[in-house]
Amino acid sequence: MTVIYAKPKGIQDTEMHYCPGCSHGTVHKLIAEVLEEMDAIDDAIGVCPVGCAVFAGNYFSCDFVEAAHGRAPAVATGIKRTHPHQPVFTYQGDGDLASIGAGEIVHAAMRGEKFTTIFINNAIYGMTGGQMAPTTLLGQKATTARDGRNKELHGSPMKVAEMLSTLDGLVYAERVCVTDIPHLNKAKKAIKKAFTKQMANEGFTFVEILSSCPTNWGMTTLEANRWLMENMAAYYPLGVIKDKEAE
Amino acid sequence: MKREIWKGSEAISEAAIRCGCRGFFGYPITPQNEIPEYMSYRMPQAGGVFVQAESELAAINMVYGAAASGIRVMTSSSSPGISLKQEGISYMAGAQLPAVIVNVMRGSPGLGSIQPAQGDYYQATRGGGNGDYRTVTLAPATLQDAVELMQDAFDIADRYRNPVMVLVDGLIAQMMEPVVWKERETDEAFDKSWTASGRQGRSRNNFITSLFIDASICENHNELLRKKYTAMEERECRWKEIMTEDAEIILVAYGTPSRIAETAVGVLREQGIKAGLLRPVSLWPFPSPRLKELASQSHVKAFLDVEMSMGQMLDDVRLAVAERKPVMFYGRTGGMIPSVSEVVKAACEAYEEVK
Amino acid sequence: MRKEIILAGFGGQGIMSMGKNLVEAGVKENLEASWVPSYGPEMRGGTANCSVILSDKPIGAPLVETPEEVIAMNRPSLLKFEPETAPGGTVFINSSIIADKISRKDIDAVYIPCDDIAKELGNIKVSNMVMLGAYIGKTGTVKAETVKEMIRETFSGKKESLIKLNIEALDRGIRWVG
Repeated sequence: MTVIYAKPKGIQDTEMHYCPGCSHGTVHKLIAEVLEEMDAIDDAIGVCPVGCAVFAGNYFSCDFVEAAHGRAPAVATGIKRTHPHQPVFTYQGDGDLASIGAGEIVHAAMRGEKFTTIFINNAIYGMTGGQMAPTTLLGQKATTARDGRNKELHGSPMKVAEMLSTLDGLVYAERVCVTDIPHLNKAKKAIKKAFTKQMANEGFTFVEILSSCPTNWGMTTLEANRWLMENMAAYYPLGVIKDKEAE
Repeated sequence: MKREIWKGSEAISEAAIRCGCRGFFGYPITPQNEIPEYMSYRMPQAGGVFVQAESELAAINMVYGAAASGIRVMTSSSSPGISLKQEGISYMAGAQLPAVIVNVMRGSPGLGSIQPAQGDYYQATRGGGNGDYRTVTLAPATLQDAVELMQDAFDIADRYRNPVMVLVDGLIAQMMEPVVWKERETDEAFDKSWTASGRQGRSRNNFITSLFIDASICENHNELLRKKYTAMEERECRWKEIMTEDAEIILVAYGTPSRIAETAVGVLREQGIKAGLLRPVSLWPFPSPRLKELASQSHVKAFLDVEMSMGQMLDDVRLAVAERKPVMFYGRTGGMIPSVSEVVKAACEAYEEVK
Repeated sequence: MRKEIILAGFGGQGIMSMGKNLVEAGVKENLEASWVPSYGPEMRGGTANCSVILSDKPIGAPLVETPEEVIAMNRPSLLKFEPETAPGGTVFINSSIIADKISRKDIDAVYIPCDDIAKELGNIKVSNMVMLGAYIGKTGTVKAETVKEMIRETFSGKKESLIKLNIEALDRGIRWVG
């Protein structure tokens, strides 16, 4: 018998709670594949956020720590500094990372903490039910911005990868998405590159993944993917934002 | 054994290192800055990690991470900073993580003052963050106590997988006095199989979390925690007594006020008043059973609780004494320290009332 | 034996270290000892003081309420602590920068031109050591030899040149009151 497809070893054989069409499951799989390819499942320690990925430790097969809202970069700092030879990563959404955890992520990047942050940017608060996030696009409707995000009231959305890239401690930042196979492949390459640079002790590595939330966006999966490419990718340009080695 | 002069905050730091603490994460705040300053150079010498975090929130969560991955770890702060750390302490209690938190208390509420105070008693002994949890709270009165209690603090934290608070007032952190370093063997082996330190061949992953989304599972978790707290109440209660055997008036005080009360007891005895002192060393668990016993003895006429607050431990003293004998109170606050003569006067007044 | 002492002066006059020296010497002589600083928000300037207690019994309360001995290195310190001195106590005054005499009749005063003596020795920084010498010379709280031993330990290695200077300053203080 030839195995054509198997679940990556980095993922547990269990059911996930994510909504249909949500990017989380896909991104989990990419990270799991990278961990398996790097033979890192036995060493890796992940830190999950408060938000939809709060149960990530039940899905990944490596050790995991659940952080308080926004504090994953601080928790990961405590782990990585005391386990400097093991791969450590945080997995955070936009409310967690860019809103309540803005301070922690900025300072982890400033210190050049040698862990990787996977940033799920879906421009909305998912788990709490569609409230406005710092990354919500202008005009995009949210349950706390019924007429859409308004620049006068709420300011413009935050480009986190670009902002963090101004810090010397960040050595690699790339923005990707997982809307189709070519983009998915690029995303996996970016995740692998981030982990590789982490293990080479280069500094802080950051992969922002434009993600879809069909449930809170009120769209079908396909509509959500289209909306993401037409609107999010237009404001949040895909590609390498910073690569210190390449400079 | 050689007596060495140490400054309180540095003795506390050195004691932590000597009992295997290998991670310190902190943020500057007066009057505890000498702890992170000392740790910043001493911890790397000991092969440990020091990080000056961007905030108290970050510091306590670095502690959370290091504890989750199996490291003996601590942080320190002072009253306003400890308030910020309460989020992380609640999460650690929920996720059953061991760590030691040193609170060098200063005047409060809000920014308060930077002088010694004891206004965080309620916060320390009643959990302090959200939820039904407790932290064992140890209160040294001398630097010798402080260095010995640090070992106890780390051991208790590991024994029960629960954060432990060491509560000192600013005076104890700032003062100098002689310390004797005693080698203490801990033969207790602490289980670390639960840590998120990499699977390293384990059959399944460890997931450290305080989230139990199913209410019945969350309730079970609280029951499990409650069992630990009961065990702590039974096994970790500590106190000291001076001249209580025949005392008619018993002073109750911890930390700096207990030193002042100790001197006051001597003065009162010289004046012919049979005074004694009960000093709770663990504030939680509180030595209620012993206070209850003393309150039932016929020679005891009254208790005088002395604090550098408006009367917080007073509640615990009253709960333990439970109307058996009168409980009086003398306190200074905001950073003011009660003098020996003030305490003597308060004790005389209390004695006059009940004799 | 129980000695309760207040040491006070400007920040930078070596008040805290003078107190620390006294405590360390006390411990060397097998006494119980405690040192408590007054501390405020300022890093420099202002008036600093510390409470030192030396005793052959456990210390208990570490703060000094009515000092038997006061060391005043500047005028604000004298004004603050003269009234608090215990009857029969002694105030040690740095007369180089304090022109005042004490007003109380029930306490003693010792006037030492600490800064002038230190300048003669070529380093104003040892003014506190002159005062410490005068203090132990007058009171005998700790032995001069114990303090000298400590000086030799403190300034061993790179700072060895400071040993002679500090011991000389200490001796000049002792001689002033002798």
